[in-house]
Formats: sequence, C-alpha cells, structure tokens
Amino acid sequence: MSILVIAEHDNGSLKPATLNTVAAAAKIGGDIDVLVIGSGCGAAATEAAGVEGVRSVITVDGAIYEHQLAEEVAPAIVANSEGYTHILAPATTTGKNVMPRVAAMLDVAQISDIVGVESADTFKRPIYAGNIIATVKSSDVVKVITVRTTAFDAVATGGSADSKDGAATESAGLSSFVGEELAVSDRPELTAASVVISGGRGMQNGDNFKLLESVADKLGAAVGASRAAVDAGFVPNDMQVGQTGKIVAPDLYIAVGISGAIQHLAGMKDSKVIVAINKDEEAPIFQVADYGLVADLFEAVPQLEQAL
Amino acid sequence: MKILVAVKRVVDYNVKVRPKADGTGPDLANAKMSINPFCEIAVEEAVRLKEAGVASEVVVVSIGEKTSQEQIRTALALGADRGILVETGESLQPLAVAKCLKAVYDQEQPQMVLMGKQSIDGDNNQTGQMLAALAGIGQGTFASEVKVDGESVNVTREIDGGLQTVGLKLPAVVTTDLRLNEPRYASLPNIMKAKKKPLDTTTPADLGVDIAPRFEVLGVEPPPSRSAGIKVADVAELVDKLKNEAKVI
Ligand SMILES: Cc1cc2nc3c(=O)[nH]c(=O)nc-3n(C[C@H](O)[C@H](O)[C@H](O)COP(=O)(O)OP(=O)(O)OC[C@H]3O[C@@H](n4cnc5c(N)ncnc54)[C@H](O)[C@@H]3O)c2cc1C
Ligand SMILES: Nc1ncnc2c1ncn2[C@@H]1O[C@H](COP(=O)(O)O)[C@@H](O)[C@H]1O
Repeated sequence: MSILVIAEHDNGSLKPATLNTVAAAAKIGGDIDVLVIGSGCGAAATEAAGVEGVRSVITVDGAIYEHQLAEEVAPAIVANSEGYTHILAPATTTGKNVMPRVAAMLDVAQISDIVGVESADTFKRPIYAGNIIATVKSSDVVKVITVRTTAFDAVATGGSADSKDGAATESAGLSSFVGEELAVSDRPELTAASVVISGGRGMQNGDNFKLLESVADKLGAAVGASRAAVDAGFVPNDMQVGQTGKIVAPDLYIAVGISGAIQHLAGMKDSKVIVAINKDEEAPIFQVADYGLVADLFEAVPQLEQAL
Repeated sequence: MKILVAVKRVVDYNVKVRPKADGTGPDLANAKMSINPFCEIAVEEAVRLKEAGVASEVVVVSIGEKTSQEQIRTALALGADRGILVETGESLQPLAVAKCLKAVYDQEQPQMVLMGKQSIDGDNNQTGQMLAALAGIGQGTFASEVKVDGESVNVTREIDGGLQTVGLKLPAVVTTDLRLNEPRYASLPNIMKAKKKPLDTTTPADLGVDIAPRFEVLGVEPPPSRSAGIKVADVAELVDKLKNEAKVI
C-alpha cells in the first residue's frame, strides 16, 4: 500500500491538520508520501519533511497554485497520484473543495470525513449530523478520502523524509482568485484549541461576545459560535461550530446561551468535557453537558471570569 | 441565461435519525421528508437571479424515487420554471448522482448549475465538485455571495479562515452555504400554479449513466454515547469541578 497525503498549508507553513491526516494514513499502513502543492511553498515542504512516518515529500511549486483553487490543484494531485492506493486530505474547507474533484477525475468515489480506519478499504464515517456512524467498504482501486482531524491524534514531528519535485500542470484557465478576508486573531485556532468557549443567540449581540473573550483570555481558549449567532451577525462565519461549520473536540467546551440543536451538537459532542450555561433548564444542551449551570449568562460569565 | 438547480429529497432537518435495530441502515420509517435545506437556498438564489433579469429560465432536477416529485414541486412553487426527475429505485452514491447530473447538464446546456454544498443525510459534500470535474468547468463551493457579470461569476466562499472570492468563467457550478440567502415561503397560489408546471421524467438508463455502487455500507451504529452529567449549583461549584474533578483547567 502507498498513501499520498495532501498537505494543508499557507505556503509559509504547514497546518496542523496535516499531522492528523498523516495519523489516519498511518492507521491504514504502508508508505506515506506528502504532496505539497503551492506557490513559494518551500518552507511548508521543509516542515512536511519533518513529519514523523513520512517517506517522501513531493513539492509542486507554481504561481497558479497560490490560492489553492480547486481547478488548478486537482489536476496537479491527479498528475502526481500514479501508483498510490490511497489519497488523503484533511476535511477542511480546502480538502472538501478539492478532493471530490480529484475523485471524479479518477472516476472513483470519495469517502468523506472518516473518523475511523477499520482496514485498508473499510472506514467509519458519521452521517445524519453525527447521529449515525456508518462503516463503509470501498471497492475502488484508489481510495480518495477526507479525514476528520479531531478523530486522529496528530503525529509527532522530528522525522526526516526525502524531498523531490513533482509534476506541475498547466493552468486550467477556468478560475481566478479575486480576494479574501481572513480573520485575524491572537487566540488559538478553533479546530486546534484545547479549550473552546462558544456563544449562541442568548448572547444578544456581537458586543457581548467580549464577555466570552475575557474568559477565553484567561483559559487560552478559542471563541466559537452557534449558527444563530453567526446568522444574526454577532460574529463572522469562520466561528461557526456544527454540522455545517467547524468540527471541534477540545478538552473543554463551554456552551453559553446555546440551546443544543442537533446541528450544533454534531460539531462539538466529541469534546472531552462539556459545560453548558443556559437559563432554560430544559435546553437540550444539558443532555450532553458534563456540567450544567442553569443561570443567566450575563451574571454567570462575569463570575466565571472572576473565579479563574 | 439558463440555470440548472439540483435538489435532493432528504429527511427533514428537525428529525433526529437513529439506526435501525438490526444496524442495516438509518430508521426512516414515517420520517418527515423535505427538500435539503442547502438545495432550497440554491433554488432561492436561482429565482432571485431570474427576478433580477440575470437568468431567463430555472430548471430543477432531482434524482431519486418517484416521491422526489414532491421536492421538485416545492421548488416549482418557489419560482422555478420546470422540473426533471431522474427516477431510480436505487439509492445513488454521489459519483453516480454527479454522472446523472452531467448527462442532464449536457442536454440542457445551462450557464450555471446551483446546488447545495452538502446533503444533510449523507453529509457528503461532494456532488457539486464532482459535477464540475466531469463537465470540465469551474466550481464556486460554499457560496455566501454570487455576482454574475456577463461571461463570468464572482463567488464569495465561506472558508475555514474567513471568506475567499473567486472569479469563474461561465458555465460554472456554484454550491450554496447557509448564509447565501433566506428562502421564501411558497404562497398558496404559487403552490397551485406549480402543479401545472412541466415535470419530465427520465431514468439513469435513459441517460446512459453507469450507477454501479463504489462502496458498500457494511452497517450503521449510534455514535458513542455520553454519560449523563450533573447540574452544578453555581459558578463556584463549576470552577471547583473543572479544576479538581475533570482537571481541565
Ligand atoms: C441545514 C442546517 C444546518 C445547520 N448547521 C448548523 C451548524 O453547523 N451549527 C449550528 O450551531 N447550528 C446549525 N444550524 C441551526 C440549528 O438548527 C439551530 O437553529 C442553532 O444551532 C440555534 O442556535 P442557538 O442555540 O444559538 O439559538 P437558540 O436555539 O435560539 O438558543 C438560544 C439559547 O440561549 C438561551 N438564553 C437566552 N438568553 C439567555 C441568558 N440571558 N442566559 C442564559 N441563556 C440564555 C436560551 O435559553 C436558548 O436555549 C443548522 C440548521 C440547518 C437547517
Ligand atoms: N439525489 C440527488 N438529486 C439531486 N441533487 C442531488 C442529489 N444528491 C445530491 N444532490 C446535489 O448535490 C448537493 C450536495 O450533496 P452531497 O454531495 O450528497 O452532500 C445537494 O445539495 C444537491 O444539490
């Protein structure tokens, strides 16, 4: 078996999601190579060469790959996929965008968002907002897979893989990068933080998220939100936790003013310890909370901040 | 321009689905079925583009059992012009769905295909990207804004780090995220009118599509359950528990 892991990076550095994906690859077993496609991505490739368990790092460097446009990256993955039995990428928005395009180009299925490896061809994945875990067995010659990063502990760094250049591709000429608005924050990234505190519609407005931020500052936590809070414009979309937002599984998740809809639970119920603060004692969030506090958040959250 | 919208019939988002006792699949007996919420947003966007004079015709397609006609009729009541049902008793995997859509795309030759980013039953998040690959066209996934400008479309995408805007040559596939728009409710007169709109039926075989499955579901199970927690009386008790019992702070 030989496995190709698609690196997640921002050209300058490797994203931690890559380490979880290599961990899933290691569970499948076999040789693991990492493919770094980007523009001026040498630093990311060097980092990838240090990931434990990796045999080779293959770099495809070109201006057309700078923004990870699926129309450019997918052909580059296909061009470098010869001989691999598995192609894995993290189930981030980048992986979700590119990998189905790769699968269709190879005329194979994609197994999305795996949370377990049973064998080289059999995987577990959540469906129905995580209310069901399905075991699926692939019959394709090449398995194209996206990996739920929270389900696999990151591998260590300190290895020394060899490096080589891969085949570059011509521009598909279908798409161009127009612009981006990226969130800037000094806090840990939501999907990688060991503590997350999230606010819902109960926060009432964006300004009140400051209450959560001051708790987050004390705990070194990331701040998340329910869809209702994002929809209401309290906070930006990149903070949404849930079935259709980000999946998080920190050591501690604190849900504040969140009712606990299935779609929200889908994104956080694998957290180690869950705390819920809600004034409605019937709120479904209490059914998954290890510690529930029935209280008005505008009293409880400042008290919590004081007590830390 | 013509817009093709793909809609899927799925279990309603309010239903908490459980595995069947024998573990062979989800228990959907008597479950309420609806149009996939992301597909509803796709229909709404197409109808708005028509109302804005950008689109001239909105064609809705669904692949599934005869009952999927209900979801096509819903889309017609929301303002789409006509429907196509690709009827099959099999439950198709995303690659097969994408191939059926490619065949319909070739017949209809739309300038844009609007789809959901994800079906809330399978949570696949694949079909739009696959269709774009099969058709050799661009893809604007997870769209929160769509701006058509002559021969191209700018799509603002919700990505993990924030927002990214890409420009795509038309035709292109656009998949919707939740904040693209808020779908309208169908009015009674429009529901009545929808009954008279054309709805054609075809099959994967008629379209010449190979729908053979590429993977097999060996079984399903509930997710690991969480042991029941406790209620704490106040913030002091909460902090004490987190420090001394759970040891997470
Ligand atoms: C297709 C689809 C996908 C979805 N995806 C997601 C997703 O990814 N993530 C997600 O979160 N949602 C998602 N949703 C939405 C989901 O169904 C719920 O609508 C949403 O999670 C509700 O958010 P909320 O809990 O903040 O708001 P509400 O349900 O309105 O709950 C607010 C809570 O705050 C409490 N509260 C109010 N004031 C106070 C106070 N002063 N002190 C303490 N408590 C207070 C209330 O008791 C209540 O329980 C999705 C929906 C659909 C249809
Ligand atoms: N059976 C189907 N019929 C029509 N459209 C579908 C079907 N399955 C998936 N789609 C479309 O593809 C989108 C993404 O679905 P999926 O890849 O299954 O998560 C959906 O929102 C629909 O727009």
